Amino acid sequence: MRIVIAEDHALLRDGLIRLLEANDFEVVEAVDNGPRLVPALVEHQPDVAVVDVRLPPTFTDEGLKAAIEAREKVPGLPILVLSQYVEQLYARELLAGGSAGGLGYLLKDRVSNVAQFVESVRRVAAGGTAMDPEVIAQLLTRSSREEPIQRLTPRESEVLGLMAEGRSNAAIASALFITEKAVSKHTNNIFTKLDLAPSEDDNRRVIAVLTYLSAS
Amino acid sequence: MGLQLSAMMEQKHPTSRKTPAMSIQSVSPDSQVATGRPNRAPMIALPAFGLAMAIMAELGIALFVLQTVAMPLIAVWVGIPMLLGVIPAIRAFANLHRRLAWTVSGVEIPTPYKQPKYPGMIQRLRTWFTDPATWRDYAWVIVNAVVGFTLNLLSAVLFLCSIFYLIYPFLVWVTPPGVFDELFGLVHVNPVTAFAVWPIALGFFLLWLKVGPRLMRANSLLTRSLLGPTESARLALRVQELAETRAETVDTQAAELRRIERDLHDGAQARLAALSMNLGMAETLVDRDPAAAQQLLTEARESAGQALTELRDLVRGIHPPVLADRGLDGAVRALAMACPLKVDVDIDLPGRPPAPVESAAYFAVAEVLANVVKHSAATTAWIQISYENEGLHMIVGDDGIGGAEVSPGGGLHGVQRRLAAFDGTLTVASPGGGPTTVVMELPSALKPTT
Repeated sequence: MRIVIAEDHALLRDGLIRLLEANDFEVVEAVDNGPRLVPALVEHQPDVAVVDVRLPPTFTDEGLKAAIEAREKVPGLPILVLSQYVEQLYARELLAGGSAGGLGYLLKDRVSNVAQFVESVRRVAAGGTAMDPEVIAQLLTRSSREEPIQRLTPRESEVLGLMAEGRSNAAIASALFITEKAVSKHTNNIFTKLDLAPSEDDNRRVIAVLTYLSAS
Repeated sequence: MGLQLSAMMEQKHPTSRKTPAMSIQSVSPDSQVATGRPNRAPMIALPAFGLAMAIMAELGIALFVLQTVAMPLIAVWVGIPMLLGVIPAIRAFANLHRRLAWTVSGVEIPTPYKQPKYPGMIQRLRTWFTDPATWRDYAWVIVNAVVGFTLNLLSAVLFLCSIFYLIYPFLVWVTPPGVFDELFGLVHVNPVTAFAVWPIALGFFLLWLKVGPRLMRANSLLTRSLLGPTESARLALRVQELAETRAETVDTQAAELRRIERDLHDGAQARLAALSMNLGMAETLVDRDPAAAQQLLTEARESAGQALTELRDLVRGIHPPVLADRGLDGAVRALAMACPLKVDVDIDLPGRPPAPVESAAYFAVAEVLANVVKHSAATTAWIQISYENEGLHMIVGDDGIGGAEVSPGGGLHGVQRRLAAFDGTLTVASPGGGPTTVVMELPSALKPTT
């Protein structure tokens, strides 16, 4: 799987390369600044890109802007954005550009759980979503006063959270130690209670949930 | 303001779930509430004020005479108790006129008096005598008796003349012949032909409309030139103010640094130490007991994760990255999104304030919003930030239970002190039962965005 990396800290960049290559990714280019990122993405059109938000020369949200720009030029380019801190504002901006292709927004800390991180990168490459639990937790706190959300059972809320992160039924099942069948029963209940159109497609399901939560 | 607010709240309550979280509400803050000043008198009350001030101007002569008599009498001691009474009376009289200048014509006159450095009657007298404001008050009383009297009376008389000519036909009708029916002593009128004077009434009214308030304003400006602080007194006051806010700023900063040091020491630093210890042990155990080494490595990863979380929180407390990225606008929006309440945000800024002002403004809004979440029991809050008259206006409101106040040691007091370092102010309007509005102002020049 071909991958482009954007990370300005040499130590972290080398770490990421090592980690991803050990998991059968082929790093086609690793850039260390914002201006170089968009051309690299357009040129290589990788299967997935891992991009740090804060990059030179401005050291602000260079990476985020480059990711949004690259997805405008190459629609559906799967990008996983990493950051030292997560902001709902940025998550929304990423999602606002359309959800075609994979999209992810994770805290950098999540890299330390290698298995889960690699799973997230693969999911994004496959056109899925990977939202940081912290973003989802904030969304859930805000929505918790809404009447339809209050009708969910605690178990259903847990499933909703994991679903919003972009996890598949299988992943949710293993995280909660329940069967996949139970998960799909919970998701059906959630969709009925929140009055959302049910969908077999995992990614469309995630987007429906995220849109629902962001609207409140 | 109250009406406007409640109207706004009513508008917001029925919002459906599908409404975006950041519906833009345009609210024009009432300047009176925003600045915390007492109300201005309505135009129609000005003649009454004018008459009252003209009468007071003449009564003031008594105070002038008393002080004039008392001063030479100091030589025989009688003057001292006299002055102890007269000078405070003159000051109260002058203070009344300082307030009236604002009420009638919107002219602000700060109080310029020096405070005695030591207690005691003699000290107080000495301070009074060395304070130029005392002598300027003394001069003003007599100037006011002449110029102030004339200007105020003239303004009132213009209005009274228009009233007089308005009711002139009525006067002709009710009074016996020979009292009012000889207009200007030339023309004989009856109650019907007397209506011919109404154009004169209108003329006087228009004249009053145009000139009346200006005459009073001229007097207010004259009052300010004598009762306002002199340039050096103004500077002295300013220096005192700056010394106080500087001391507080230094204190606050030192406290902040201590807090950061403690957080680093107890948090990230300790965790990194534990982490390196675990790694060291795992290194020695890896051959002998791989399972135990594995366990230690897992612990090491967890404590690294916690250290990162703590550092992230610390960084947010020092300077939130989103503030650096997006300025006040984006940072406050991000703050509102992360808030457990529904927060409506309305920000209209033509550029970015200088970094220190921006940071102070952000933390002030963040602290006030945190207060709302903690204490107000509100379901909705709103933030409005705008740039008016060279200053940053920030209003945070909620529909909670009210009763918020600036009490020493409280969160709002802390915000007030930190804003003071930038000559900023914070005022709270929070009646019991709510709603609460906190108005903050930071006088600052915006620098254009580049």
